[in-house]
Amino acid sequence: MTPKDIFERLQTKFPDAISAYTEGEGVKDAFCKAAAARIVEIMTFLRDDPQSRFDFLQSLSGVDNKEVLTTVYHLWSYPHRHSFVVKCDVPRDEPVCPSVAGVWSTADWLERESYDLLGIRYSGHPDLRRIMLPDDWEGHPLRKDYKEKDAYRGMPTTRYSPLELLPIYDAHAVEQLKQGGAPATPPAETK
Amino acid sequence: MPEIIFANQDSGEEMLLNMGPQHPSTHGVIRFIVRTDGEIMSEAIPDVGYLHRSIEKIAEKCTYEGFMPYTDRVDYVAAMTANECWAMAVEKLADIEVPRRGYYLRALSSELCRISSHCIALGAMAMDIGAITPFPYTLREREYINDLLEQICGARLTFNYHRIGGVGWDMPLGWDDKVLRWCDHFDGVVGEFDRLITNNELFIKRLANLCVVPRDEAIDWGFVGPNLRASGVDFDVRRDVPYSIYPSVKFDVPLGKGLMGAVGDCWDRFWVRVREWEQSVKIIRQALAQMNAETKPGDFWNKPKKLKPKGEAYVRVEAARGDMGCYVIGDGSTNAYRAKFRTGSFNAMGIIRKKSHGVMVADLVALIASLDVVAPEIDR
Repeated sequence: MTPKDIFERLQTKFPDAISAYTEGEGVKDAFCKAAAARIVEIMTFLRDDPQSRFDFLQSLSGVDNKEVLTTVYHLWSYPHRHSFVVKCDVPRDEPVCPSVAGVWSTADWLERESYDLLGIRYSGHPDLRRIMLPDDWEGHPLRKDYKEKDAYRGMPTTRYSPLELLPIYDAHAVEQLKQGGAPATPPAETK
Repeated sequence: MPEIIFANQDSGEEMLLNMGPQHPSTHGVIRFIVRTDGEIMSEAIPDVGYLHRSIEKIAEKCTYEGFMPYTDRVDYVAAMTANECWAMAVEKLADIEVPRRGYYLRALSSELCRISSHCIALGAMAMDIGAITPFPYTLREREYINDLLEQICGARLTFNYHRIGGVGWDMPLGWDDKVLRWCDHFDGVVGEFDRLITNNELFIKRLANLCVVPRDEAIDWGFVGPNLRASGVDFDVRRDVPYSIYPSVKFDVPLGKGLMGAVGDCWDRFWVRVREWEQSVKIIRQALAQMNAETKPGDFWNKPKKLKPKGEAYVRVEAARGDMGCYVIGDGSTNAYRAKFRTGSFNAMGIIRKKSHGVMVADLVALIASLDVVAPEIDR
């Protein structure tokens, strides 16, 4: 089935929860939007319906779209060899999206990653913890408004750029040579 | 599988052990929290993220072309395929045509890289469960491949060879003969390796019927590539979602048959990778012949003049660790708005907690090795 057919089939089944079919103008893989409240129902239908049979969740990506946080599901069907993309928007101030870990087991880790890096909370997830970052990390780095902290547990998160260091080294070496010392010792502030 | 009763489960005599992240058999820095009663585990909980370098955040900070060296670090055991994935994603997004010779050079370098990645996977797996000898044998072949790849791009580990719109350099004069000579030599090595370890009775007894992943479970947990095919799913991105020059070469897709036990056991995952060696050599021979017959030297890179794509695209390539996907969103600037890599290792790791129930501690190492997970690809 083409993405258009799948979209039409979905829309007859869930007329109020499926919208915004988009393709063309740079969008290489056509997608549709699904309402967060019914996402589990829709995904279960896509997995079990004999005409679509999307048994493989290829990828689950979180995207920060300013006002909303979007979860993008890339689906693939091994029996029919076709693919489809579903997007699900949740508001930024209350980013809660139902978990599809019960539909595809692989969503377990993918949703944890999306939660960790974008802060979308997946309700009903069996084990929603941070996966990449330490448990006590603050903030979600892939959000566009993320500000990196200066230090994490006393460890600085930034360091001198080697290019910025070079003039300091050069000036220091010249100074040392003038005084008859060895130019090899690094300046005090870089130690 | 019969239910395993843990004698000490209620008496509180279960041990909680830490394994890793610097454990040599965890293939990089991966940590496991192991709940065990003597030698038998009730659970091994993977704890990943020790190699997280926020590559997806870096992608938003540098230009499309400038991000290419970082993709080497997505999977540094098989860097070429990660290069190819990023290049193809941006090409699809920005509608860039690649010259035919560029595709051939990509396929050649990727297949060589696949062989060398499987060299690490197979040699390390044999070593992890106690057979030291095969590892130097496979590393020797990896060194030969590294020499060949060094001649084409100057690097031995993080190649940075593919470019958006083609590849960075044409092949040097006489390189094709060297590759063909090495292929002839490698045919013998595969047979030798089979005699040495694949059909070794101790090895089979150790791995057959261990941690069986049936077909439906493999799909449900998002297995890809050799792991998926070992469970009997007939799918290869190169053949079924054709890209690059793969439609014009003939090759078979080896599937796990359960020759020594159940379909999808650790031995099947090992065996499928050995058979993929042979198929990659087959592809290399055909691709070299076709490239020399059909294309002229020099036309390998269609360098895009302006790269400010708008839209979104998802591509998949058959990387050494299976179906690698890249989802890239462009907002009309020189940098990607969002880039996401979907990697085989990350999804394969999810199943370990479930599969480790009732398995010996020593067999956990065999399970990790048979899934061929590498830490940079899990954590990115």
